Amino acid sequence: MTESLLSPYRVLDLTDETGHYAGKLLGDLGADVIKVERPEGDPARDIGPFFKDIPHPEKSLSWATNNTSKRGITLDIETADGQQIFKKLVQRSDFVIESFAPGYMDGLGLGYKDLKKLNPRIIVTSITPFGQSGPYSHHKATDLTSMAMGGLMFITGDADRPPIRTTIPQAGLLGSAHATTGTMIAHYYRELTGEGQHVDVSIQEAVARILFMEPMFWDFDHYLVQRYGPQIHRGKIFQTETWPCKDGQVTWRLFTGVFGKRTQSLVDWMNEEGMAGALKEVKDWEQVNFSKVTQEQSDAWETAIGEFFKKHTMKELQKEAQKRFIFLAPCYTPKEIAEDEQIASRDYWVQVEHPEWGASVTYPGAPVKMNLTPWKIYRRAPLIGEHNVEVYKGELGLSDSDLVMLKQAKII
Amino acid sequence: MREAIKKNAMKKALTGLNVLDLTSSATGMLQTKALAEHGATVVWVESRAHLSLPRVSAPFSDNIVNENRAGLVCQYGGPTYSLGLNITHPEASDVKRRLAAWADIIVEGQRPGVMKNWGLDYDSVCKLNPNVIMLSVSLEGQTGPRSRAPGWGIGTKGLQGQVYFTGWPDRPGVGTPTTYPDMSTPFLSVTILLAALDYKRRTGKGQYIDMSQFETSLHFIPSWQMMDYFVNGRTGKAQGNRSPYAAPHGAFRCQGDDRWCAIAVSNDKEWQALCRVMGNPAWTRESRFSTFMGRKENEDELERMVETWTINLTAEEAMTRLQEAGVPAGVVQNSEDLLDKDPQIKHRRFYQKMSRPLMENKYHTGWPFILSETPYVMRPSPLVGEHTELVCRELLGMSDSEVCKLMVAGALELPVLK
Repeated sequence: MTESLLSPYRVLDLTDETGHYAGKLLGDLGADVIKVERPEGDPARDIGPFFKDIPHPEKSLSWATNNTSKRGITLDIETADGQQIFKKLVQRSDFVIESFAPGYMDGLGLGYKDLKKLNPRIIVTSITPFGQSGPYSHHKATDLTSMAMGGLMFITGDADRPPIRTTIPQAGLLGSAHATTGTMIAHYYRELTGEGQHVDVSIQEAVARILFMEPMFWDFDHYLVQRYGPQIHRGKIFQTETWPCKDGQVTWRLFTGVFGKRTQSLVDWMNEEGMAGALKEVKDWEQVNFSKVTQEQSDAWETAIGEFFKKHTMKELQKEAQKRFIFLAPCYTPKEIAEDEQIASRDYWVQVEHPEWGASVTYPGAPVKMNLTPWKIYRRAPLIGEHNVEVYKGELGLSDSDLVMLKQAKII
Repeated sequence: MREAIKKNAMKKALTGLNVLDLTSSATGMLQTKALAEHGATVVWVESRAHLSLPRVSAPFSDNIVNENRAGLVCQYGGPTYSLGLNITHPEASDVKRRLAAWADIIVEGQRPGVMKNWGLDYDSVCKLNPNVIMLSVSLEGQTGPRSRAPGWGIGTKGLQGQVYFTGWPDRPGVGTPTTYPDMSTPFLSVTILLAALDYKRRTGKGQYIDMSQFETSLHFIPSWQMMDYFVNGRTGKAQGNRSPYAAPHGAFRCQGDDRWCAIAVSNDKEWQALCRVMGNPAWTRESRFSTFMGRKENEDELERMVETWTINLTAEEAMTRLQEAGVPAGVVQNSEDLLDKDPQIKHRRFYQKMSRPLMENKYHTGWPFILSETPYVMRPSPLVGEHTELVCRELLGMSDSEVCKLMVAGALELPVLK
């Protein structure tokens, strides 16, 4: 077997849906990730959508997506036997990732301080809504409330309606991505010094890390960026960023100054079709000082641009933008993402066999391409307790009768 | 954790790691900020001849438009060494060669093809530094029909479905008004860089990493929604704040101007707790709200009724009362809340005030992860060209006369304070 990026390392993954993605990332990079579920299975297995719309804990597509390349065992770590088994696994592992409420693992005698005594090299990564300590550390959170507390929701949505989140839950994915970064930094240090550590991740901050210049506008100018629907607030005026076109939407923004040429390219094209309208009054977009542009002037330009976009389809606009070097992109739906020729040409999509479903399923592929150690989905997400025998018998040396007893006692 | 930051301020995880930053975007800065604030030595190549977008974007300190006053560095910049080098200058080649040989990691974010023009593409660098790890970050990857197409992060947000999946069902999508993929993808690349370093430590082999932000961002949105499309033929749709698993689930208006509290009720227990906190008003006992299916069916009315309670409270009061009863709730915080008020953010010191010339006492943004033994240490980002001499002499071993000659020629630049 060729060596992968992280093949020497083992990860115990005790996370719920907020942390699944962290283990997936490490697993797809080659680490041996063991998903530890409670004996009846991770409750997140009940989150849809489901394969062929059949609600079943082993048919959840969201679970399948973010638990690839993991093996799966069941274990009740609230039982004394379960804790003993877990400790044996920790002695054979390099990382533990968990997303329980702060203090829960300590309460079971399985906190970082306890695990460190068993394995001083262990890195424990905790992914929680607000971090391990502090006034909100015991607040309950969901994706919605995390997007709110992290500041992303306030600036998202239309001005005449409440702030909104992105419909596909993001907070946990963002927290997980930061968790792996912190984990890998700790790993680098451990390999140099032999010293493990505890990585404390706050999902609220992971959301806040997505903000652009909004916090700085408050700090520098005491200007509060609000939500402006398809527009953004730039300098003193509102500019449209998301535009309707003939069959969907595109993103484009009018630039002047150093990027003025990009605007000129679009105006040239509009001119060829006799639609440049108010834009014709500007001779050189590089010379336009944006801070002097009035809202009225900008609106007049945007009216012409809006009419032009509405005459064309996303495909037409995308093709021509590419040719003419215009910063324009279509707003895809999953259908268009699936049909996109750029990512298809890079063999982005990955087929994963699901024998239990009698199907081969298309998954999002490598987040990066690497020339020596390609990213890869090593296996489909595990079934409930799929690798109990392999791990407990094969690696911890338990006997068949031990396994039966543990199962009957609902410990595994 | 806070104590850990103080106690171990000098112990850093990535000490001794040399990183060359040839990016000119917020994405690039975020990646190397993460490395620098954990101890790596990062040289950021900049030039006043072609300043990066974060150096020329508002807001500016004291409202003076100048590359050393641009506020985005507070959000994205870290303690990197700014080398003032006009990389396209004909006399820059010696410095480029020295940089290429010095680095353990090179991160670049130029349009595909530009690095080759600079003589710094992976193959060329490998001749000087055979086991280097090089990461190219681009919008759509180094290969393929659109690899050289123009674009920016806002465009990638459209491509990844962020616009489509953020909005109200009766209106076109609006997306989040940040360059979402620019901010969500850098953490994956830092993870992968560090994994590649580990592989190099074990095998001696470096490698080339081609990151397409479009491809990376598909792990966030649409993620499993793509599987729903491939398997069930469903494209999905933006739902405002609604969730198929919860009701009420939304942002509710509170006292004050544009103040809201997000509330998410996912089960009967939380529903009963919400009713209790609201004082068990009569409407909560109506049969149409007593079951989850009923609440989903009558969600418009349910939301209106919940808002009759929140509207008389501040968002903070609503959150506190609901949290005390075990209902997930959170203030829809704005930047003022985050920077100046949120006690949790303050406790973890996520935003820290720092100063450097031309930028007095400004908040800088930290990291969502704190390492117990080697926590991140924030420092302000440099002035453009601040470390030209230090980098050339101490890191690259150039002589005084060489440095002088290149400064006179205009290949090397010093900072301009104004």
